[in-house]
Amino acid sequence: MSAAATRADVAPILQVEGLRTWFPVRAGVLQRPAAWVRAVDDVSFEIESGRTLALVGESGCGKTTVGRSLLRLVEPQAGRVVFEGQDLLALPRAALRPLRRRLQIVFQDPMASLDPRMRVRDLVAEGMQVHGIGADETERTERVAQLLARVQIDARHMARYAHEFSGGQRQRICIARALAVEPRLLVCDEATSALDVSIQSQVLNLLRDLQQELGLTYLFITHDLGVVRYLADRVAVMYLGQIVEQGETEELFRAPQHPYTQALLAAVPSLDPARRSAAAVVRGDVPSPAAPPPGCRFHTRCPRVFDRCRVEPPAAFATPTGESRCFLSDPTEPRARQERAS
Amino acid sequence: MSERVLEAEGLVVTFPGDAGRTAVVDHVDLAIDAGEALALVGESGCGKSMTALSLLRLVPKPGRIEAGHIEIAGQDVLALPIPALRSLRGRGAAMIFQEPMTSLNPVLTVGAQVVEAIRLHERVGAGEARRRAANLFARVGIPDPDARIDAYPHQLSGGMKQRAMIAIALAARPKLLIADEPTTALDVTIQAQILDLLRDLRHDSGMALLLITHDLGIVNEVADRVAVMYAGQLVETGSRELVLGAARHPYTQGLLRSIPALAPRGARLTEIPGSVPSAGAWPSGCRFHPRCPRAFEPCPRIDPGWTELRAGQRARCHAVANEEAS
Repeated sequence: MSAAATRADVAPILQVEGLRTWFPVRAGVLQRPAAWVRAVDDVSFEIESGRTLALVGESGCGKTTVGRSLLRLVEPQAGRVVFEGQDLLALPRAALRPLRRRLQIVFQDPMASLDPRMRVRDLVAEGMQVHGIGADETERTERVAQLLARVQIDARHMARYAHEFSGGQRQRICIARALAVEPRLLVCDEATSALDVSIQSQVLNLLRDLQQELGLTYLFITHDLGVVRYLADRVAVMYLGQIVEQGETEELFRAPQHPYTQALLAAVPSLDPARRSAAAVVRGDVPSPAAPPPGCRFHTRCPRVFDRCRVEPPAAFATPTGESRCFLSDPTEPRARQERAS
Repeated sequence: MSERVLEAEGLVVTFPGDAGRTAVVDHVDLAIDAGEALALVGESGCGKSMTALSLLRLVPKPGRIEAGHIEIAGQDVLALPIPALRSLRGRGAAMIFQEPMTSLNPVLTVGAQVVEAIRLHERVGAGEARRRAANLFARVGIPDPDARIDAYPHQLSGGMKQRAMIAIALAARPKLLIADEPTTALDVTIQAQILDLLRDLRHDSGMALLLITHDLGIVNEVADRVAVMYAGQLVETGSRELVLGAARHPYTQGLLRSIPALAPRGARLTEIPGSVPSAGAWPSGCRFHPRCPRAFEPCPRIDPGWTELRAGQRARCHAVANEEAS
């Protein structure tokens, strides 16, 4: 969104390489792993400072696990998560705490993130206390008042409890709580998905303003492609544990390269009264991430599948602004040349 | 002239509140013809689901239908004795909900549940009912229907469960299908499949559809006409083209402008300030006036009532009434 930034300002704040988070499915008396759910399987991306990357995909694609793996709320088995020059996965857990201050997460359900027995003042001040921000309680209270005012919550209500606020207000309290420790990167995991559209626009505007004022970087995890198109600079599309396509938002929406991205965009209901969407492109359901199909993981549902897709897993091939994990983007694939010619 | 399948007039549903009974649905009128789809849209708490439940007398206690007249397939719903009402549910109108798991019985196979629905309304043998159940499964797009009817609900994916629910709803060949947020719990590629199915069913069988949703994209994909609900009342109705393309009520306009997909990238979204009022705390006069950018002198005092616009579009708004009068 900060279009004025020069190239030098926008070094990646976060680089993720080959991230792998598998969950064991245990069986037998010894509870040995009988199978693995490949929630995140060789995921790589980066985010430039002050910008927004949207991680999109349908339920079970692994997008939420990516967010949690970055903060080590779940432990990845492999890969690198380089945040401001440090590999978070190589650090001992004790060394994570100061870094967590710079990397905060906002979840979908604010009621589940806000302790119902704590007053709003303490909910917002808790992180400051943990990280030693503010000289004393008075100073912290002052800062809470500023933060609440910034997210448009009446600071006179700081003695109230979370249940006394509406859904949109609670999500703004969660944002204030995250901002209290002065993060550089905010992971928003479906942060506006539970909100009504008139309230969602209030929260999206707030996130947009905060980014401009504070130079925040966002990883926006969502299934809502309308929100993605509106606020993301870049988009990464996930399917069955892998990023199948990434690129700049406008390019990706204008000319999606991967057949899954194409199907996903085609499935979004049209809001133009003069035009309705065509019939569903993709048939059938997403296969289980515990037993992903061989070859390309999307081949069982892909309308453009051919023989190579069923046996060989595609690498990520370069596209105009990113990459696509599809043989149709492989310049040496004869089939791709054929399709282009026709 | 097509046949009127649903006619509801002056519908009032109340719940006990701090100060007597509160109308969560306040004088709502709805009409749907055979083969037609009406979308009832609104944000959470506006009363749209309660309106839907009231049509089949399913309002949960301590709520009750206080006033109004409902006719489904020519029958006066509020006057029906219980046995006739049971027969109407299913045969006259059937209902599907957002979360199929809460409506499906987990200890019965989905096939048994379809068979039960068929035999509740018609005297057919077990073999014949099973054959029809498999046909219904095929019709709603469940692959390998002869095998899937022996599956338990937990063995099916979310999209397949919703299809099974629709198969059960269709078992008695209802004239009206009431679908309350039928795709909200589903992924967008699966949602597209279910929306296709709802379109096909209407075209093939002339079934009428009342679609309850908060998603204006779904409204655009499925509906012929739209009714927008706010704080227990309808505030604008009309054809899909007019309500989505030329909305007149400031609330409908605000809803459309706050959709990120319709906004230019990076531009500020239009906000509707404040939050949806809760039942029992409805504002005076026009209920939208505290959040309305066009509110003026009469709005806090006087209920605007309907202003008739073109081609059956109408809006409940003083500002629109003034525009039309001048």
